[in-house]
Amino acid sequence: MQKKLLIDLLRSRRGFIGISIIVFLLLVSAIAPLFIPIKSYILWNDPDYWINNPKTAAPFWTNIFGSKEFEHISLKKNDAKIVSESSDGIKIVNYEFKINMQSGSFPDDFMFLYTAKYGNIPPVLQIDINRPDNNNFTVYYSSLPSSSNINTTFSDRIFSTNKNVKEAMFQYQSLFKYPIANYEPQVLLFSDTDKPSVLKGTYQISEKFFLFDNSSIVDDIGLILGGKVFGIMGTDDLRRDLIVGIIWGTPIALFIGLTVAIFSISIGLIYGVIAGYRGKRTDETMMRINDIFYALPTLPLLILLSITFGRSIFLIIGFLMFFSWMGTAKVIRSIALQIRNFQYVEAAKLMGQSDLKVIFKHIIPQLLPLTFASVAISVPGAILGEAALSFIGLGDPSLPTWGQLLHDANTADAAPRGIWWWIVPPGMMIALTGLAFFLIGNTLDSIANPLRNKNKK
Amino acid sequence: MFLVLFATLFITVILLGPTLDKLLVEAMRNQVIDEINQRTLKFQNSEERLSYINKELQLRSKTFGLDQNSFTPSKLFYRIISVMTLDLGKSHFFTTDYGSSNVRDIIFEKVPKTLLLFTTSTLCVTVIGIFLGTYVAGKEGSWWDKLNSIFAIFSNSFPSWWVAMIMILVFAFTLHIFPARATPISSPSDSTYILDLLYHMALPLITLIIVSFGSWAYIVRYFLINILNEDFIFAKRTIGISRRKILYSHGLRNAGPPIATAVALSLASSFGGSIITEAVFDWPGMGKLYYDAIGLFDIPIIIGLTYISTVIFLVTIFITDISYTLLDPRVKGS
Repeated sequence: MQKKLLIDLLRSRRGFIGISIIVFLLLVSAIAPLFIPIKSYILWNDPDYWINNPKTAAPFWTNIFGSKEFEHISLKKNDAKIVSESSDGIKIVNYEFKINMQSGSFPDDFMFLYTAKYGNIPPVLQIDINRPDNNNFTVYYSSLPSSSNINTTFSDRIFSTNKNVKEAMFQYQSLFKYPIANYEPQVLLFSDTDKPSVLKGTYQISEKFFLFDNSSIVDDIGLILGGKVFGIMGTDDLRRDLIVGIIWGTPIALFIGLTVAIFSISIGLIYGVIAGYRGKRTDETMMRINDIFYALPTLPLLILLSITFGRSIFLIIGFLMFFSWMGTAKVIRSIALQIRNFQYVEAAKLMGQSDLKVIFKHIIPQLLPLTFASVAISVPGAILGEAALSFIGLGDPSLPTWGQLLHDANTADAAPRGIWWWIVPPGMMIALTGLAFFLIGNTLDSIANPLRNKNKK
Repeated sequence: MFLVLFATLFITVILLGPTLDKLLVEAMRNQVIDEINQRTLKFQNSEERLSYINKELQLRSKTFGLDQNSFTPSKLFYRIISVMTLDLGKSHFFTTDYGSSNVRDIIFEKVPKTLLLFTTSTLCVTVIGIFLGTYVAGKEGSWWDKLNSIFAIFSNSFPSWWVAMIMILVFAFTLHIFPARATPISSPSDSTYILDLLYHMALPLITLIIVSFGSWAYIVRYFLINILNEDFIFAKRTIGISRRKILYSHGLRNAGPPIATAVALSLASSFGGSIITEAVFDWPGMGKLYYDAIGLFDIPIIIGLTYISTVIFLVTIFITDISYTLLDPRVKGS
């Protein structure tokens, strides 16, 4: 019978659309653990993990439509040309990066990364930029922090907001024909000297280390020019890659939705069947209790509960379950009231079967298809409930859910700032998931409702 | 009905009771820590500091009776009274426009704004929903009918607060028609305040209407079509009563009671959504206060708001119940 249900479901157009969306969501859920590093999920809220990404960058494909924005550049040690020389016991290691600048806009920021091992005398780092117009800018010249340790490993990154970099820029005011105080270093470095627009061409950026003893070595080196566009879905204010959040959000949302739906519907089913089957006083009392639960304001109580008991995802699932079984109980009870008077049930009772056996053997199997429908229909509610809780800041802080993406977007004022790629995709995913389950539930309901089908048989 | 109302209140308070105690103790601990920081008391080590805090905490909770079990009858009674009269002390972070930090004052300042937005949107949605639903029911199976059903399903799947963000994106950021922040700029004493308020209210109002009129119309259509298939409607049609009159007067009148019930439920759930929507728009009502209070963990405000929204919620259900008795002549008799 279950097989027949599935075939009927696939035959109807709405059911087919719903099933296809679910298959798609399941595929996305499968992609998450297989292709995306699990670290990105555990360290979702750790800004350090995401630091190499650009800040608030739009999706890369926006370049196809609009003006060509600067694309993210991240260069590693292998990309650099290494020139080393030594004289008078001083070793000079020069890492040279070549960048071909062809985009119409400036980078969002830049970072110079390095890791060095050294002894008592700290090395000195000098960063030069050789531009297409043959001007040479020295943006940074400073020694690494000294230490008393014989063997220190020091790792750092120099940001475009670094004070030394800003001050270093001021000495080049004479080269520019406009006041440079209003512009950031990442703009000035790549800008024409006549007007503040991009100077296209090849740039040579070199990080030069002066090492004063033999034990000193440069371990790692890197250069990051923050893009205005990045990845399939762009990044947010904390430099997180949004596609990762959206993909990880899928299995979590499905898990929350299905768990809450299955458990709350089971509670509702058993509650409703008992009330309907027993009838009379039991029914009356149980339905009054049901009414009271029905009249409880869900959201304020959810807020209160999660403030009191905590924000773990399992607690949230529990709370959502607690508030979503009443509707099913009511519907199931009204159907059970009628099934109870069907002849085969009465026959079973006359044969002396126990109430429990009648309920589980004869009544609940009749209601199962309808139960599947209710489960599907109540999934969107659960997902929306979790999203709403997350959105007001009461979600599980250790998980990236769609609601939390939107919460972060709202606290960062993404909408008034026009950061659409932070807002549209998570909401679309919530809606898509909701829609899929709603369509399936609706179709199942029209196929499986025993009372509706009664006339046709 | 009154029984349900009272029981709900009671359950809420019982649920609130231990929570409130715990939260009050927590708030008190913060207070003690604050005082230590302000008076710059010096301690030898962290254990001494901790023991000082605990001692102080015990002393204070005894004075307030917080060390007793939350379920003693006298305490329960006291709690119900204090929550019902909103006697919840002072907020830590919020003040009214006039500078009072009393929880009751703050909440009462915000409630009218929420009610204004919520009732206006509900009224608009009711009118649009009934007429659209009836119109569509009269043309069952038409192109309009299908469009309406699809729209209803879609608007059900989107979280209303997300639609709010999209509305800001479209109307405030891209088109510059409405302000992104719904807090009026001029002060309440200005003569232009009303206009300013309405201008700022427009976008939240439109959003709330858009998200809910679809499902309203769908509910109305669903029940109306059921009624239209009844025998007495056919009888009326054979007598020669115009189709229009049957639809609007006979059909709607009979479909009224179930519609009222269904709508009571959808209203109740949309209330929560509209609270969050408020927060997105910065509409100076309860929703924004809720959002900010949760962010800053301002417990008295949260409890007060929970209580007030429970009351509003129950009143809404109560009103729809009354309208049910008005709509259904069978209920009047009993």
